[in-house]
Amino acid sequence: MIASLPVSQHFTATRNACKLCTPLGACLAFSGIEGALPFLHGSQGCSTYIRRYMISHFREPMDIASSNFGEHTAIFGGGKNIRIGLANVIEGYNPTMIGIATTCLSETIGDDVKMFLHEFRKDHEGEALPHLVHVATPSYTGTHATGYHDAVRAIVDVLAKPGPTIKGLVNVIPGMLSPADLRWLKQVVADFGLDPILLPDYSDRLDGGTWSEYKKLPPGGTTIDQAARMGQAQATLEFGFTTKQSTSAGTLLEKKFGIPCHRLGVPIGVGDTDALFDKLQQISGRPIPESYTAKRERLVDSYIDAHKYVIGKRVVVFGEEDLVVGMTAMMGEVGLKPVLCSSGGKSGKMADCIHAAAPEIAEHCEIREGVDFEEIADHARELKPDLLVGNSKGYKLARELNVPLIRVGFPIHDRIGGARILHVGYDGAQARFDSIANSLLEIRQQDSDVGFTYF
Amino acid sequence: MTTTQILADRRAHIHEKGTAPFNIACEKQSVAGSVSQRACVFCGSRVVLYPIADALHVIHGPIGCAAYTWDIRGAWSSGPQLHRMSFSTDLQEKDVVFGGEKKLYQALVELIEHYRPKAAFIYSTCIVGLIGDDVEAICRRVSAETGVETIPVHSEGFKGSKKDGYTAACNALDQLVGTGDTTGISPLSINILGDFNIAGETWVIKDYYKKMGVDVVATITGDGRVDDIRRCHGAALNVVQCSGSMTQLAMKMKQEYGIPIIRVSYFGIEDMSKALYDVAEYLNDKTVMKNTQNLVRDEVSNLVPQLRKYKHDLQGKRAAVYTGGAFKALSMIRSLRTLGMKTVIAGSQTGNKQDYKRLQELSDEGTVILDDTNPLELAKFLEEKKADLLIGGVKERPIAYKLGLGFCDHNHERKIGLAGFEGMLNFAKEVHGTVTSPVWKLASLRDRLVDRHRLLDGDRSRNGNRFVEGGNAS
Repeated sequence: MIASLPVSQHFTATRNACKLCTPLGACLAFSGIEGALPFLHGSQGCSTYIRRYMISHFREPMDIASSNFGEHTAIFGGGKNIRIGLANVIEGYNPTMIGIATTCLSETIGDDVKMFLHEFRKDHEGEALPHLVHVATPSYTGTHATGYHDAVRAIVDVLAKPGPTIKGLVNVIPGMLSPADLRWLKQVVADFGLDPILLPDYSDRLDGGTWSEYKKLPPGGTTIDQAARMGQAQATLEFGFTTKQSTSAGTLLEKKFGIPCHRLGVPIGVGDTDALFDKLQQISGRPIPESYTAKRERLVDSYIDAHKYVIGKRVVVFGEEDLVVGMTAMMGEVGLKPVLCSSGGKSGKMADCIHAAAPEIAEHCEIREGVDFEEIADHARELKPDLLVGNSKGYKLARELNVPLIRVGFPIHDRIGGARILHVGYDGAQARFDSIANSLLEIRQQDSDVGFTYF
Repeated sequence: MTTTQILADRRAHIHEKGTAPFNIACEKQSVAGSVSQRACVFCGSRVVLYPIADALHVIHGPIGCAAYTWDIRGAWSSGPQLHRMSFSTDLQEKDVVFGGEKKLYQALVELIEHYRPKAAFIYSTCIVGLIGDDVEAICRRVSAETGVETIPVHSEGFKGSKKDGYTAACNALDQLVGTGDTTGISPLSINILGDFNIAGETWVIKDYYKKMGVDVVATITGDGRVDDIRRCHGAALNVVQCSGSMTQLAMKMKQEYGIPIIRVSYFGIEDMSKALYDVAEYLNDKTVMKNTQNLVRDEVSNLVPQLRKYKHDLQGKRAAVYTGGAFKALSMIRSLRTLGMKTVIAGSQTGNKQDYKRLQELSDEGTVILDDTNPLELAKFLEEKKADLLIGGVKERPIAYKLGLGFCDHNHERKIGLAGFEGMLNFAKEVHGTVTSPVWKLASLRDRLVDRHRLLDGDRSRNGNRFVEGGNAS
């Protein structure tokens, strides 16, 4: 480990957070179920802010209901509001599932949402109700990533049913990835002759096409039937090592139904993508399809073609922990030098994960959990990176340091196509590597007095 | 067409002109589960105070409220950029259990020492009231110890609606007003209230006043400065736009300092001209009036010919308007008329009875007036009224796009100035660009493909054909 950087001034306040609140992650997860509507038990502002934030990224409709607390609700509890809210949502949207996430407000006053839902079901006995999935997401614990994983687990807990094992059926718990990533994962698993069930799958819903008439809820998503069959899968693939494994959806499926859970790194870069293909070979008993080996060869060939342009370039990486680990691993493969890997998340595992995934760079790299953008900026000014890799919120720093920002993850609020950014697989690595290499070439070109036209 | 039934509790908030006597329900708490487009009390105070660029804005609560309002508004500053930072006490579970006062105190002292702001606004979020933090006491202590006025903003999200957040913001501003020296302020002077300098709009308006020979003491809060607000009680007149957010402050200043109020809008040729004339008339100065006449004549004669080509293409197109306050919708309807367009839907999140009454008076027969609507209602009426354009904010944008109609952002995140005479030209360009874009032809081409497949495949196309949408077919 290199000597620690000079300690910047400590601030008790969080300045420009590098994280969002837990209910946002839950809403994202709920959006991946066909016909489901997220519902926040709290103030109107929570759902409106989260809607705006997500619409700015995905550029798709994103309806989130609210139980709309008023002063009386805060004093007497949210039981009445949740009942009215659920009834209105059912009347308005006729959803297959309502994903109910709490907020700091309803958690602090101690609302017993489980009991409210029990009462609601009792009041509506005999009626065909949507599935009601509840997750506790007080925003004073964890980040949007924790909210996301907890909601995924809650969905699986309610919807997955037992039954005889269906050979070839594979559960995929992807983690917080882009719609493009989800599409890629589905295709790859299917190309091994397996039947994938992704949960959540917002690949269509949050990256959809044009409509000929308004849809109350955008089409697409894991169907309720698919989610039910997850209990009968042959195996589960779960990505990301920084999340709490004891409470993950994959672990739950293993405990409840005895389905083996194969935990892999998010397949960003050659190494982790290879690991995924090895695993798929093993599960399916089939060889890697020719088209993928060809992609891998082209990717590695391009790494070789461009390695001299990227070698030793210093990078600051930030975002959700699993994404940071994956991007760091990929950059390590090509000789880029991540000098600061940072996240607002605080799993306590990011350093170990980076050491495991990219041992060649980890010893030269500062790894910081639980930081905000101003701390990242304080470090970055000392570290003088050539490049930033992370979401749009790093633009302020990129502008200050006059270095490119390679946009990955969430949110992408200042560019088109956040939903279409592919991070995973050989294709994802290819696209991200090309953009990194080309932005470095662009700098050399711009900085040159001569303005040469070839490299 | 999508079939949407209006929820029973929502029916009174919708009025179609000409179908019944006008008596719209408004200024009520949103219906739970209705998916309101409104935000909360915190949002109301945050948007109003945000543009004060040399103040420290600290959000006391868990991280979400600060994260979602980081650099969110296009409220530009000609100097300091401190308002664009997002500061939060980022309360954790232990703070919720043991209280957040200590953390708040520590956070404030450090931030004030480092950033040396002119004042500090401390926003309370939902749980602060519940855990019993005495934010006022902390603010008093910090003010005394640092010498920087630290002002609590009582903006717990659930304590009302966005409008109550405006009240909280006005109360906070009121603490500054009257504390500065008013020496040397001209009798021909005003304060600009309720313009937030989105995309530099306050600068455009201020420049008009300057050309008229009128001094602007304080802009509240667009490109706002603490010291200007402190001495704004020396102005001769308060000129209030976005009346929902700022009338209360103006009323207080009227009571305490006798400063009269006029209500204006800077959107559209008619309202913009009227605003300038009203100010000139009130100040009752011949030179100012002469300057105003020259200014308006020059601007209008420069603008009108430029609008012709847009009007030609937009004539007869149908628009829907959904704004924060209803007063702004009035200007939108007039501006759309200038472009030859008809408004078929007009609504707002927080309008009051009086505003809605004026809105329906101004509207054509059959116009749908909406209070605190939601995506399903908006989509329903956009389809029914065959709108070509929706004017709103980012949350409304996907509704328009999915329905294949144009969209114009008139909210606080936009980067294009729409106020003033030059703003009217920008507005025309914005509307024209979206309504006449060739992209819509491709979307309808897709519909033709759907029809072709239906013809070719008959019923088979209903099951999984990728060109055919499921459900709700009319």
